[in-house]
Parts: sequence; structure tokens; C-alpha cells
Amino acid sequence: MSDVKRIETPLTQEKLKTLKAGDNVLLSGVIYTGRDAAHKKMVEALEQGLELPFAMKDQVIYFVGPTPAKEGQVIGSAGPTTSGRMDAYSPKLIAQGLTGMIGKGLRSPEVIEAMKEHGAVYFGAIGGAGALIAKRIVSAEVIAYPELGPEAVRRLVVKDFPAIVIIDQEGTNLYESGKAQYRTV
Amino acid sequence: MKEIHVDEIISAIRTLCMEANYNLSSDIMTGFQSALKRESSPLGQEVLERLIENADIAHKEQVPMCQDTGMAVLFVEIGQDLHIAGGSLTDALNEGVRQGYEQGFLRKSVVKDPFDRVNTGDNTPAIIHYDIVPGDALRLIVAPKGFGSENMGGLKMCKPSEGLQGAMDFVVDTVDRAGGNPCPPIIVGVGVGGTMEKATFLAKKSLLREVGIHNQDERLAKIEKELLERINRLGIGPQGFGGVTTALAVNLEVYPTHIAGMPVAVNIGCHATRHKEITLQGRESQ
Repeated sequence: MSDVKRIETPLTQEKLKTLKAGDNVLLSGVIYTGRDAAHKKMVEALEQGLELPFAMKDQVIYFVGPTPAKEGQVIGSAGPTTSGRMDAYSPKLIAQGLTGMIGKGLRSPEVIEAMKEHGAVYFGAIGGAGALIAKRIVSAEVIAYPELGPEAVRRLVVKDFPAIVIIDQEGTNLYESGKAQYRTV
Repeated sequence: MKEIHVDEIISAIRTLCMEANYNLSSDIMTGFQSALKRESSPLGQEVLERLIENADIAHKEQVPMCQDTGMAVLFVEIGQDLHIAGGSLTDALNEGVRQGYEQGFLRKSVVKDPFDRVNTGDNTPAIIHYDIVPGDALRLIVAPKGFGSENMGGLKMCKPSEGLQGAMDFVVDTVDRAGGNPCPPIIVGVGVGGTMEKATFLAKKSLLREVGIHNQDERLAKIEKELLERINRLGIGPQGFGGVTTALAVNLEVYPTHIAGMPVAVNIGCHATRHKEITLQGRESQ
């Protein structure tokens, strides 16, 4: 197993500088959830000059829509969803100070440009490992858009949440370098 | 004439929805374990280890292995000598899905209208494929399909002149473009021939085949092996982090087609490709 970096949120610019594409990270602290519908609502709120559900500065958004919690569970299964669907919205939140995103899959050039310009990283969580990841979530509370059900914005406290740095703030991309390293066609 | 009451069908579908989402099939688990021995990327190995751990937790605690518990895709084989008693078969299948997703704490991911996008709240309607077969039994297969992988599929109405090579190139390109999005290691379902919708149906249905079992036609099995090798040389690896395990299997199904066409469909299944089934026997009607 590769060396593991432990990172506490909030994710300040100083902490960002230590993160490089391919780093194996365990995140702890507060992170927020949001996926398609919540992103749409947050960006609409920004355009109308309304307040966001939480201040973006130095925060991390996890792209997830969990299953309902069973009795005694903090949260149901909670693996990442495909990040590309948030590409239309992410640059606007990064411009507001968002410094971390956790999801899975490819990002657009516009998102990567915004990450380089404002300083942000993109983490990959293991898609489909929803039962495992749920074990690393200590608490979960819906703070906005409850009508969206699994898509509501939640405030999570996580402990040793496993993630890999996919794209760092310099724009180095593990999806490209990793693929190139093992590609034999 | 033998019959099955809809209540028995509802109950069976309810159980299958939960079992499919909680319990990873043993063939995929075996696929993970043999991939772990081959994988040369340290990050790739770690992903595979965590997927094995994830499946163990889901099974032990009877919780969904993935939060995308899918749109419920049902394959229903109805014996032509069987009578369904007590109500509509389609209603019963949807009721089983409704109860399974509610009682099993599965995520409701279905919206009523593709444009308005309001959640139906109970994960119905299911996608139901009916087939009439000889006999008096009812075979029910539940295959919940997540959309991280579903979104990465593709269809190409190839020209016959593109031949086998063109069809294979389209399959490999589709997987290459998908990268880490469909949660590799994936299972690649390929349908070739028929009409547009027949090819996509074959691609989907091929995902029901066990990992490690090739098409019984030797010529097609050879194509599957070649496709798997080409795909695993793409470098995408587990979760797209780089590595030699991009797919666990390629399942190819073909069908007669028109002189002027060669539809090629690719339906990608994620590492949590789920399917559980039961065959209900009809009873003598009272």
C-alpha cells in the first residue's frame, strides 16, 4: 500500500499545496454533500444573489446521494457519484472559495482551469464502495433542500475518509498519468 | 392449467431486489481475487482490496454495496402454459420493486419524466423484458442497474464493410472514452446484429452471464478473449487510477441482422453488476 497523507478540513490553500495527483489521503473533519439537483439550486441561488447553504471558502463537497439509513446507522451506503454531471456548476463554486471536491470520473477542462486559477483539488473516492465509505462517516445532518431526498445537502463529519488525489491544483491528472503508465496499445 | 398467484410474485421480486443489492455474486468476487493477483499498480491493488472489503461489509450487514441501487431491470420468462392469478402481472412486478426498495432501505432513483425530473418516490416503474417460453414455470431475474455505468454505453449502426474489426474497435473505443466513470473493473456487455433495439437488448442481457463463462460458440468466445485483452491494455485500471484490470469480462451475444446493417451495442456493467433470480413453479389451479 502506498503512503497515506492525513488531511483535516477545512482545506486551506496551505494544505492544498501539499497534495499531488496520485496521493493516497485519509480525510477527517466536516465535508458537505451535493449532487446534480443541489448544485443546480446552489448556482441558481448565487445568480440571484441569495445565500448558499454553507460558505464555500476552504470547504469540500462530496458528490453523493446515499441510500436511506437503516435503524442504528448514521447514513446509508454512501459512495461517490459521477462527477462529470457537476462540471457545469463546479467552476462557479470554486470561484466562491470551494477548495475540494470528492467524486469519481473525468472532469471537464473548464473545471480543471478553475481549479488551477483559484486553487482547488479533485479527489476520487472508490465508486461502488458505498458500504465501506459509510463506516467512515461519523455524523450526517441535512442542512438544505430536504425536499430533494437523497440529493439534499448534508453536513457530514468524516473520520479517515479514504480518497485519492486525482487532479491537483497544478492540473496534474492521475486519470491521464495513471492510464499512460499502464497503457500498452 | 397451472397457476401462480400475484402475491407470490410480489414477494419474490421484493426479496430479489434486496438480495441483489446486498450480496455480490460469487463469480465477481472470484474475479476480484484473481485480478488482485495480476494487477501491477499499487493503487489498483488497493482499490481491489477495498472492493472485496466493501462486498464483505455489505453482505455481513445486509446493506447495499453501492448507494446507486439502480433502476430495477427485470427479465421475466413466462411459461406459455401458465396462468397468472389474482391480478396484473406487470402491476405485481412493480409492486414487488416498490416493496423491495422501501423495505430494503434501497435508494429511490427513478424520476417520472425525463424532462421534469420529479422522483417517483418508490423506484418504480421497473424496466420489464418479457419472454414467452415453453412450460408452466415463471423465471424472474432482477438486475438493478446503476447509471454511472449505464451512461457510458453506446450504440453504433456500423456499415457491414466495417466488419468484425470495425465492431471490435467501437467496443474498445467506447470503453476507452468511459475511463473511470463506470467504476472499473467493469463487465462489458456487447450485442451485435438484429435491429437497433435488439442489439442494445442483447448487450444488456449478456451482463447476466457469469464472469469467467465465455460464449458457447468458440468463434465468439475467441472474440470475447481478444476484446478483453485489448481492453485491459488500455491502462484505465481499477477506478481509472491506472492499471491492467479495466474489465473482468467481455460478454458477446449476436443475432441475425439485415443485409444492409451491423448494429453494435455496448452496455457497461460496473464492478457491482448485480443480478439475482428465482424460478417459481406453477401449481394446479383450485
